[in-house]
Amino acid sequence: MSRDVRPLGELARAEGPDTDLLRTVEQFLFREARYADELDYDAWEALWTDDAIYWIPANGDDIDPTTQMSIIFDNRARIATRIKQLHTGKRHSQEPASRLRRLVGNVEILDADPEHPEDIRVAANVVIYESRERGITIWAAGLEYRLRDTPDGLRMAYKKVKLVDNDRPIHTLAFLV
Amino acid sequence: MAIADHVAPDWGALIQPDRVHGSLYTDPAVYAAELERIWYREWIYVGHVSEIPEPNDYVRKSIGPQDVIMSRDKEGQVHLLLNRCTHRANLVCDAPKGNGSAFRCPYHGWTFSNTGKLLGYPFNSGYGGREKKQELGLGRVPRVDQIHGFVFGSFAEEGPTLLEHLGGAAEAFDRLTALSPTGEVAITAGWLQHRAKANWKMLLENETDGYHPQFVHSSIFSVAKSGIGDLYGEKSTAVSRDLGGGHSENDLRPEFRRLDQPLGWFGTHPDRVPDYVRALEARHGAEKAREVLIDGAPHTMIFPNLFIAEIQMFVIQPLSVDETVQHVTAVQFPGAPDMNRRLLQQTIGSVGPAGFLLADDTEMYERNQRGVAVRDPEWLVIARGTHRERRDEDGYLIGDATDEVPQRGIWRHYRELMEAGA
Repeated sequence: MSRDVRPLGELARAEGPDTDLLRTVEQFLFREARYADELDYDAWEALWTDDAIYWIPANGDDIDPTTQMSIIFDNRARIATRIKQLHTGKRHSQEPASRLRRLVGNVEILDADPEHPEDIRVAANVVIYESRERGITIWAAGLEYRLRDTPDGLRMAYKKVKLVDNDRPIHTLAFLV
Repeated sequence: MAIADHVAPDWGALIQPDRVHGSLYTDPAVYAAELERIWYREWIYVGHVSEIPEPNDYVRKSIGPQDVIMSRDKEGQVHLLLNRCTHRANLVCDAPKGNGSAFRCPYHGWTFSNTGKLLGYPFNSGYGGREKKQELGLGRVPRVDQIHGFVFGSFAEEGPTLLEHLGGAAEAFDRLTALSPTGEVAITAGWLQHRAKANWKMLLENETDGYHPQFVHSSIFSVAKSGIGDLYGEKSTAVSRDLGGGHSENDLRPEFRRLDQPLGWFGTHPDRVPDYVRALEARHGAEKAREVLIDGAPHTMIFPNLFIAEIQMFVIQPLSVDETVQHVTAVQFPGAPDMNRRLLQQTIGSVGPAGFLLADDTEMYERNQRGVAVRDPEWLVIARGTHRERRDEDGYLIGDATDEVPQRGIWRHYRELMEAGA
């Protein structure tokens, strides 16, 4: 799948609408980040489409999740289970919840995925500081999204979190990445 | 009482039948002794032959903190080589896995075959013509053996055979492979590596702890409407078993036989995986296949580092006295793609850093490690079910599902190993 950005000349010609779209996408990603950081689980869950995939691969970024282990490979039902578990108050790895702050940057709008031409394909980077009794853990990842324009606003149909250390031993990751 | 106060720790004082001393989890001197007396002496699980299926395949593995290369030579023989150049100690292998007949050290170009033999080094007149090749092959794990393709290594030149070491725990491999249409398992799904800031024995003891599931895992049991919690309840007919040699299990078969549901242990039904069930019936016949599918997979901890958790495999790797990596993957059955998809997806959901189960287990290991540093009381109590401990028909000690029979068995064996000395 090509990650080529549009030629700069074309982007410059289309500056108005593209800038608007980029700003809209950025605002959406920042809002998602804030919901996750501030433990607003229901607001975060509501950002997903019904056909959503939430994926954190392991041992590389481009593995086959149907034959290889991933850290998370959730369909929409499993996202709901994850949120319900957090809501029980007995998800010990998040009781007490991690204190979190993340920075999302390097937001780019990519060419559409031919299999999902209706969705906006987005790349970004994220750095997350997680504080727990164990200490501070720093997480860094590249993000890939497919966002869908719906009557309720942008929604996530796909989010892939490419942790830089997904091939090494990592600590518990029970908060929403 | 602290280990540092003793030149030779009084293991019998630290490890009592119904309680163990907290310093066993925190003292670096204890950890150093464990490396010598357990990790560099006992049979340790290293890898599975399906991870190196072709001639000249290799994969990087570990024995505790030791970096080990599991290789298959061109004749098919499996070797466990130490990842250290015999010249000036550089790592000779930096890839996690690959295929090649030789390892070339990047520092000075020394080259070793995948059997460990030193093949050559550049500018060889520099050693005055004296041949170094014979004496400077890669270090190796001297004893290597397999059971159903599971490769174990022992740093001890002599000692009990692998089968003698496994004893009654060998049956776990028979039970697991009975669930495969080909009689073999494939460990091909890749590993998650989950770090825990905890002593390795916190993990070891938890694997067959039947007392914790209803508390540590109540969140996911309630959300997923799982019946697993009931298997570890007061009324469960499941038993905990000390298999000897530090091995232990939670034997859930009495419950599964009572429920009489093929694949009930896996939370599914034969109709959902018809190809797999047909293939298993072709191997065993319908009647035997039904029994196998009712009994399910073992929940067995092979001392000190291999946990067969039904359809998942865990490998415990200590890195220091309070740092451990738990490696985990899904078991796969060759020729059963419909079942394999479910095995994989259920495993991804359950285990690893974000798993519905293991994230919370790991939280407990780490809380335990912080708790055990608190100085009073100095002891951890492992007395649960002592009054109702009994022997089964094979002579193994068993208890109720939630009893600490496995933990007492682990510590009994641990004490024997530590008292046996260096």
